[in-house]
Amino acid sequence: MANVTALNVNGKKLTVNVDPQTSLLTVLRNDLNLTGTKYGCGESRCGACTVLIDGQQTRSCVTPVGKVANRQITTIEGLEKNGRLHPVQDAFLQADAMQCGYCTPGMIMAGVALLNKNTKPSREEIVQHMNRNVCRCGTYLRIIAAIQIASAAKGGAKGGRDD
Amino acid sequence: MTEIPEVERYELDEEPAYNFNFDRRQFLKAFSGGIALLVPLTNLIAQQPEQQGESGRGGFNRDMPQEIGAWIHIEPDGSIVAYTGKVEFGQNIRTSLTQAVAEELHVPLAMIRLVMGDTDLTPFDMGTFGSLTTPMMAPQLRKAAAAARETLISIVAQQWQVEPSTVRVVDAKFVNHDTTKSMTFADVAKGVKLVKTIPADVKTTPVAQWTVAGTSIPKVDGRDYVTGKHKYTSDMKRDGMLYGAVVRPSRINATFEARVSTPANMPGVQVVEDGNFLGVAGVDQTTATRAAKQIVARWKEPPPQPGNAELFDYLRKNATPGRARNVGSIADGLAAADKKLEQTYTIAYIAHAPLEPRAAVAEYVDNKLTVWTGTQRPFGVRGELADALHIPVSRIRVIVPDTGSGYGGKHSGECAIEAARLAIATKKPVKVVWSREEEFTWAYFRPAGLIDVKSGVKNDGTITAWEFHNYNSGTSAIQTRYDIPNQQIQFHEVQSPLRQGSYRGLAATANHFARETHIDELGTVLNMDPVEFRLKNLKDERMRAVLEAAANRFGWRAGRQKTGPTRGAGVAVGFEKGGYVATCAEVSVDSAGKVKLERVVEAFECGAIVNPKHLENQIEGAVVQAIGGALFEQIEFANGSILNPRFSRYRLPRFSDVPPIEVVLVNRKDLASAGAGETPIVGLAPAVGNAVFAATGKRLRSLPLG
Repeated sequence: MANVTALNVNGKKLTVNVDPQTSLLTVLRNDLNLTGTKYGCGESRCGACTVLIDGQQTRSCVTPVGKVANRQITTIEGLEKNGRLHPVQDAFLQADAMQCGYCTPGMIMAGVALLNKNTKPSREEIVQHMNRNVCRCGTYLRIIAAIQIASAAKGGAKGGRDD
Repeated sequence: MTEIPEVERYELDEEPAYNFNFDRRQFLKAFSGGIALLVPLTNLIAQQPEQQGESGRGGFNRDMPQEIGAWIHIEPDGSIVAYTGKVEFGQNIRTSLTQAVAEELHVPLAMIRLVMGDTDLTPFDMGTFGSLTTPMMAPQLRKAAAAARETLISIVAQQWQVEPSTVRVVDAKFVNHDTTKSMTFADVAKGVKLVKTIPADVKTTPVAQWTVAGTSIPKVDGRDYVTGKHKYTSDMKRDGMLYGAVVRPSRINATFEARVSTPANMPGVQVVEDGNFLGVAGVDQTTATRAAKQIVARWKEPPPQPGNAELFDYLRKNATPGRARNVGSIADGLAAADKKLEQTYTIAYIAHAPLEPRAAVAEYVDNKLTVWTGTQRPFGVRGELADALHIPVSRIRVIVPDTGSGYGGKHSGECAIEAARLAIATKKPVKVVWSREEEFTWAYFRPAGLIDVKSGVKNDGTITAWEFHNYNSGTSAIQTRYDIPNQQIQFHEVQSPLRQGSYRGLAATANHFARETHIDELGTVLNMDPVEFRLKNLKDERMRAVLEAAANRFGWRAGRQKTGPTRGAGVAVGFEKGGYVATCAEVSVDSAGKVKLERVVEAFECGAIVNPKHLENQIEGAVVQAIGGALFEQIEFANGSILNPRFSRYRLPRFSDVPPIEVVLVNRKDLASAGAGETPIVGLAPAVGNAVFAATGKRLRSLPLG
């Protein structure tokens, strides 16, 4: 059943030898040791597993790895470039937009995806875009503030694409 | 199990419920050099900060306490490490405790490392709960840090042959204004081997002079979280590690009888049977999970169990009354009343739903069991492991990596025991991470409750009688702060149909919901404004202060709770665990009865504020979490099955549910700091229920309200 899938993760080309139906989340965490992407529910309801596929936010827990062969996958580990944080990461620190931090990678990836397509989202657009990501600690207002900070900082942050 | 040398039963029995075994002998074995300042355990188990007993021995002494509660170590290389059995779950105590230490040592935060929740390295701690870290642990670590600074200064002064009062710490260096000499922490600690107990009279920085504490320091290791580098238990990997999965019973309270069939072809899978436990370990998670699903077992079915439909009837009929607290006479109070009221309130079971489910990694090497797991009670879980596996606690180490939240839901060690059973049987490290469905089904819940309230009030607004019966949900905040001459307050214990336990605020949410809704109903009977009616019956100045602060910021207009055609405003006050809270909420209700929160103002006072931004963050988070329990969270269950064990069936608060939240911090620098992780959760549900009444005239007496 297992076969080789070619992946492009955080700009690196690599192959994994797994059943193509295996979730991308499982492959990232167990095979590639990229554990910044989290399991929260396994049914795409909490967003802890959010990654970017070609710049679009995607729930890795319900994405079979076979479907994303050769596409550009970006995880939380791929945002930092040469020791410099992505503006959204930086904004989360500035706004102290976390408590336990477990939802934070998924929130940041969703925020990056939003700013990729809409550099100046309104508060309403932020809420709508982020609404499928859950923060059980309830830091939502700070996360909104962080995305606004990131948006202001770069006049709209581009990033999360490995091109 | 045969691999484990059996221990005599008495070896296990010897361990007391609270195991104070980080004693001086153990400490001296571990202590390699440098300077250590110890906090005696007795300082930390005193019930109230003001009652903290010191040893009674003035000045520095060389006697070590028999049992150590926390300690600070200036290592020979000058590193500063504080050891505490507390754990980090998102309350940001790693940051606030670091602030306290930095303040007293006069060093940058980055010089300080905290070792938390490791049963081999940190002293015994009952657990991280009850909002006790800030009032109990922070002042003790602060004292230890202050004593460490004074000790270091006296060593420096001796070397320089100057008065200690002429030596100061500036930018992490010891300096003397008469000379140009300076020494680093490493210069002083190198070659020294000194252990001291914190003296009774050690002076710490008064709150008014705080420069590090009292400020909004960001999460000290925040960068590890925004980059995904932080390793939660569920992220860990050990060499040769297997992945575990558990075959779950057919329903809650069913017990294992026999394995009926195991698929013949399961390469890389080991099946482990041990008493009531049936599980597998596999080479990867997918393999293990698949194998566990394919195994067929027979379970002994328990007798029929109650479900939602009959829950509250069941609670009332199966209760054992506890001792009542009686003040005056209810009969007299009711006789003196002009108006009487009797109502019943109900509260559903809800789930903690921490985003990181229970997880554990266990390994058994050289007869020693090490378990990494996210628990709020590392020492308690060590005891659970000892009991379950018949291994003495001296051969068990529990380590708690900073964890993906708990809210009172991770006191227990089920997952740790499962991982340990599999690790012992397979002789390999094993990781077990619960699925969301397992977390919903096999953990425990915030108790459901039924509360009867009977009261009497005079036409002038004076409450004369207050009778309050809580069935099952608990006693936290069951007492009222209103000044009522005749009271009967009673808790009735019930064998809960579902496993229940601690939850942020415990029963304080249920008791405040019933009390503050009933108070509102009394005000309505009298046609009195809710704020005015509360103030009339409250003497407690701190309670009055938060109520007035919240009402002012909200722009509360007396007698004008209906704020629009479909809108209303409500208020509630509360007190628990040393913190005072007042919540004002405005809601709108659509024609279908759907409640939307429009605005929340919450005033909170917990003594002197340690970190304003993190305090605000805790309060906002508590309000958001409270929205779920107030409006939609509810466990549905029937005959031992949880019917909504998934996020698609159990709604959590989301971005769109969160209204603007204004936090009013009342800073009482003259009072000791109390914890703030819990009490801010209690005011929202009654404030929202009262606002719904103002908007619609319909009184809601059950949580969730929606």
